[in-house]
This record gives sequence, C-alpha cells and structure tokens, in this order.
Amino acid sequence: MSTAPKRITDIGPPRYDKYLHPVIKKNYGKWQFHENIAPGVYCHVAESGDCIYTVRAGSPRLLSVQTLRLFADLADKYCGGYLRFTSRNNVEFLLDDAAQIEPLKRELRAFGFPVGGTNNAISNIVHTQGWIHCHSSATDASGLVKCVMDAVYEHFTHEDLPAKLRIAVACCLNMCGAVHCSDIAILGVHRLPPKVQPELIRRLCEVPTLIASCPTGAIRPTTADGKPSVTVVEEQCMYCGNCYTVCPAMPMNDPENDGLSIWVGGKVSNARTAPRFSKLAVPFLPNHPPRWPEVVEAVVKIVDVYAKNARKYERLGEWIERIGWPRFFRLTGFEFTRYHIDDFKHAGLTYARSAHVRY
Amino acid sequence: MTKEKSDCHPSETPLLDELEKGPWPSFVKEIKSAAQTSESARDLLGQLELSYQEKKGHWKHGGLVGVLGYGGGVIGRYSDAGDRFPKIAHFHTLRVNQPAGWFYTSAALRTICDIWERHGSGLTNMHGSTGDLILLGTSTPELEPTFRELAQAGFDLGGSGSSLRTPSCCVGMARCEWACYDAMKLCYDLTMAYQDEMHRPPFPYKFKIKCAACPNDCVAAIARADLAIIGTWRDDIQMDNAEVAAYAAAGADIQKQVCDLCPTRCMEWDGKKLAIDNRNCVRCMHCINVMPKALRPGKDRGGVIMIGGKAPIMQGALLSSVLIPFVPASELMETLQELIRRIWDFWDEYGNNRERVGELVQRVGLPAFLDGIGLDPVPEMVAAPRDNPYIYFQARKGEER
Repeated sequence: MSTAPKRITDIGPPRYDKYLHPVIKKNYGKWQFHENIAPGVYCHVAESGDCIYTVRAGSPRLLSVQTLRLFADLADKYCGGYLRFTSRNNVEFLLDDAAQIEPLKRELRAFGFPVGGTNNAISNIVHTQGWIHCHSSATDASGLVKCVMDAVYEHFTHEDLPAKLRIAVACCLNMCGAVHCSDIAILGVHRLPPKVQPELIRRLCEVPTLIASCPTGAIRPTTADGKPSVTVVEEQCMYCGNCYTVCPAMPMNDPENDGLSIWVGGKVSNARTAPRFSKLAVPFLPNHPPRWPEVVEAVVKIVDVYAKNARKYERLGEWIERIGWPRFFRLTGFEFTRYHIDDFKHAGLTYARSAHVRY
Repeated sequence: MTKEKSDCHPSETPLLDELEKGPWPSFVKEIKSAAQTSESARDLLGQLELSYQEKKGHWKHGGLVGVLGYGGGVIGRYSDAGDRFPKIAHFHTLRVNQPAGWFYTSAALRTICDIWERHGSGLTNMHGSTGDLILLGTSTPELEPTFRELAQAGFDLGGSGSSLRTPSCCVGMARCEWACYDAMKLCYDLTMAYQDEMHRPPFPYKFKIKCAACPNDCVAAIARADLAIIGTWRDDIQMDNAEVAAYAAAGADIQKQVCDLCPTRCMEWDGKKLAIDNRNCVRCMHCINVMPKALRPGKDRGGVIMIGGKAPIMQGALLSSVLIPFVPASELMETLQELIRRIWDFWDEYGNNRERVGELVQRVGLPAFLDGIGLDPVPEMVAAPRDNPYIYFQARKGEER
C-alpha cells in the first residue's frame, strides 16, 4: 500500500460555475425574460435567443442515494446530466431540447415525483428534521409535510391559487427554516416547563451559562444536596427550549402536552408589500401521528378560504390585511383566544391602535 | 421476501407505513429504500416508528464530534434507544457545502452517493435549511474517512455551532433575468474568504450570510440571514411598451393587476401605454414579476445590505433592516469584506454568549451599533424617525458635561 494521501482541508465548495449547463454558462448574466409554459415548467430566453427549459418536481427532501441516482439517470437521459435543487427542496432538470420536456415529465410522474410548484401554486414545504434527527423536536416534520402535501397535492400540480402560497414546518421554536415568514407555518410547541434533573446538571452543565440562557430570567440558582443546581419559575417559562439546548439536564419532551400551532400571513418577498412575520391562527392542536388529521384540516381550511376569497396576486397575509383579522377568524371558524394577543416584548405593536373597526 | 429477525423490519412499522400512502413522494419509502443496503437506515426506521408510537423524539443532545482540525460541520447525534437500535447509537450528520445555487451534474451526485453509501446511512437531505447538502447519519469512526473522500472529490464541510454558517444564494445570473448582481460568484467568494470562520467557530453565536439577487428574495435572506445582500437597481425600470400592450391584449388587466397593486402607485396605464414615475418606485418587483417580457430591472445594478434577521431563539424573531441602501455590483465584495470585519469586531467585543448580531443591535440600539462599525446614519435605515423623546444626547466635541 502506498502512503495515505495528503489531508485536504479548507477547500470550500466546488467553484460556483463548475456544474453549469453549457447553455447556462454561455448565457450567464444575459437572460432576457422567462415564460411559464405549464405548471412546473419554465422557459428562460437569453439575449442570444438561446433557451433553457426547467422541469421542476417535488421531492420529500429526505432522499436516499438510490433516488439521487435515479435523478442522475433521468438527468443523463433527458438533459445531459444537468440538474439542480431549489431553496424549497424541489429538484429541477435543465433541458436545452423542448422535445424532451413531456417524456421527462411522464417518467418523473411514473416514478412518483409530481411536476409543479411554480407560480401561483403551493410549492414544496420547507421543513426541519423532527424525530428523524433532532433532539429538541416537539413533533415530527417529514410526516407533517407528507400529510399536508397529500392533502393540497392538486395545488402543487396546478397553478390555481390567487398568488403563490408558501408553507413551512418547524418542529420546535428554534425554527430551522423560514417558518416565521411563511404564508402558512406549522410549528411544534412544548407546553410544559423543562424538568430539572439535578444529578445530570452536576455532570453535564455549567450553571451560570444555563441561567443566562433563559430569555425571561425564569431559571434561578439553587442547591440540590448541597451542590449547585437550578429551579424554574414556571409562570415565567414560555417553553422556548433554549435552556435544553445549552444543558441536556432540562428535558422538555412530553407526549401529551407537546403539539402544533398554526401561523399565517408571513412573506419574505418584497413584492407589493414589505416582508412580514406570520401571525398566530391556531395556538394548539394535538400531536396525532401518523396523519395529523387536525393539522391537515386546519391547513386545508385556510387554503380553501383564501382561494375562494383573495384577489389575484394577493398573498395570504395581504388578503387578511385587506379583509381584517376578525373576518379571517369568522371565515375560518378558528376560535380567537387570549393566546392570540401578544404579551412578550413589543407586544403593544400588534394591538389595534385606531378606531378602524369593520362591522 | 424473507422475514428478518431485526427489531425493525419494514413490515413492522405500521404507523410509518401509513405515510407511504397518498400522492406526495414519501420519505418513508426513501428510508426503506436505503434500508435495503444500510443497517443504520433500518434502525432509523425502527426508532422512528417508536417515536410515532410514543409521540416522542429519541435523540439525545449533540456531543462534540468532528473531523481533525475543524470545530464545526458535524452535528453529533446519539440515540437514547441505542440498546434496541445499535446501528444508530451514534448517528452524526455531516453538513457539506452545497455548490452555489444548488447546481449539480449527474456525475457529481453519483460521487456523493458512492461516498455516502460506503461510509454512512445512504440518507441525505437535499438540502438543509441553511443550504448545505446534508449527509444524514454515520458513526464516529466513519467521519474522518468520509471527510477525506469528500475533500478528494472537491467538497468541504459547512459550518455549525458558533461559526459562519455556509453562505447561500439564489440562482442569480445562472438562470434569472432579474439578477442585479452575480449572487453565485459573491456567495462563492465570501465562502472562500472566510474558510477559517466557517470551520473553526470564533463567534458568540452563529452568523449567516445570504445572497438574494433581487428583491423577490428566493433564499429568504431578509428573514434568515444575519447579513443579507439583496439585489436592486438605481435607474429606471427597462420597459418595452409593445410587450406591455401584448400582455393587455392577452387578457391581463394592467390597471387592476399592475398599477393598483404598485405600493407607491407610481404607474399609469391609459389603455395603450404604461408610464412609470421611477423616482417613486421602491423596486418591489411586482410589475416585473407580472410582465417579465415587458419590464426588467434597470441597468445600474447592485445590492442593499441588510443586518440582523433571525428566527425566535432567544429574544424573538427579527427581520433584517437596512444598513447600506445601495452598493454597486462591482463594489460588493470589497465593501462587504470591510463591513463584515467591522461587524465581527464589534460583535466579538460586545456580543453576549448566544447573542445573534440582530439581538446585539436591539440591545445596544442601532445608533450605537453604527458608531461601533463606523457607518453614518441615513434615513433609508428607518421606516420612520423615532416617535419617543427619550434621546441620549451626546457631548459635543470638546464640550464638558
């Protein structure tokens, strides 16, 4: 055996233009316009007259090497091996031959990958790891995505909504994903304070760091069996889980009290109105795997009411702003509760500070 | 199929089997597919079924694992049910820098697949929320060999912990006529410039950079990046009135769907011609989105630099706010390098443990932050001037107070 090869470090990602389609390389920065030929299919036209066609298909994001190889095979068969993924976990095939679009679509569908997710459709759901791989999750993420996308599938394959609708799932308040600025966000929540385990604190945690980790100052120093420990002022805890992240001796998982909340009306695009946070629609729904019927029902309700009532190009949050939140709650039938009224920092900014009331 | 004696044979996952039904592609099928050849994928399936039964996660806290000389890029993960599922007793994730814009060739994908089949579970995320290619689950001894093979294939690890996280960007100039700067190149150049900060966590907490080449912000930079570069332009929207008329002839209601939805009502349509008062255009992109054949961003292009976006933990979610209203495209890299140095210096000096830069700005106030990084205040930074009179006046030069 020869000696081990030299250890390579700090090389960074592949150069940004390494994997580009020749038509893309040639027309880089010289695109003229694009057309949406069909749901899931774009044609981008360059100043040179060249065209690149994109076929977009939904994926579960969690992909086996077997499926990635299938994507590679399809890319070889239809488009010279060039493909990419989108910021919402769709896969896109990049073609220079329009005649290959329909055969590729047929084959993708035959393998169970729906083509769509463009324009005024529901695109794929940005989501987190959940029970697949996360220590602080209040629920699973992939399962929720599967159930919701099964229910709104037709809105992925058809561009039939007033505007684009972006859904996100986060399995805890860390929100690894732009859940806080989505048209509809499904958020896993804990509802009980952490259970302090003094034995483990001694072994695993720095008490001052743990105390400093609490945004509301609910964690106070104490002693347990003469050793440093902490106690939680329970009425001050809003179950963010930050303490658990810095100290494993503060577990929060609770099968019966963990669940889901639903948030609506956020966006990140600057189009028309400014980017904005999603707002609370439903404070708590039970955690019912494997199909989460209550969550699916709530999301479908929101999508249906929005599709029926919003004007063209009006995002969910823009529509609600026009009709007012009272009407949103009436139309959806969601109960408005004390939990909908903010009582954390800057809470007053969301209070109604005018006499503008619809009757 | 022969029945295996494993604790978690696919047929023994009745709850997860429910998630193979329905039209949307199933992640359970993916795990089962990997489980054909991967024992750890099989144990993952078993543990996940247990989570579905008990409505509870079974992952313990991350531990400190990684590859030699790096302080990030690997998320340590241990099962609390390792006795039942020994192949995932440790099941660490590698974050791998994605190619800019998530472009691949079939050959590149197969290379990654081959490496990951040899050394890990055979499961991936395409991609993680920050943008990295995620290799989901392997054991501690496999980390270094995986890294070595990835590096030989031209891939490197991303950030984790209190480091610069892998910067990400939209497709930009590769396939979008709206790109106001070369987002893929800028993202790549920034990633290369800060290898040390990405691989060896030096900060109070994480730092994310995202490059969106136009205000549509397809990478959610404004919501998710500590430092967001959002493409825009300064001159007039490029307009082809014949194409506007073509959209109208094809059925678009220009008045209702374009002019009335313009946030500053800076457009007029007389049934034949569209007129834009470009001085009052805020570059929102709506009219361009509706009529991409007729309207394009102007030619004097660059970016808005924004600071402080983040999700809730710890002090609440923040959207980014304007730091520099416009930097010409050709000056972005140089300007950013100087700005980033000053931001990191200030954050390093004054940031608390686990305090994102946006939270630091909230705590000390934007004026003090501007003093700290040497930027002059401009009205583009605020939606409105302050409305409370509690002003901390500073001593004038040479004045004793």
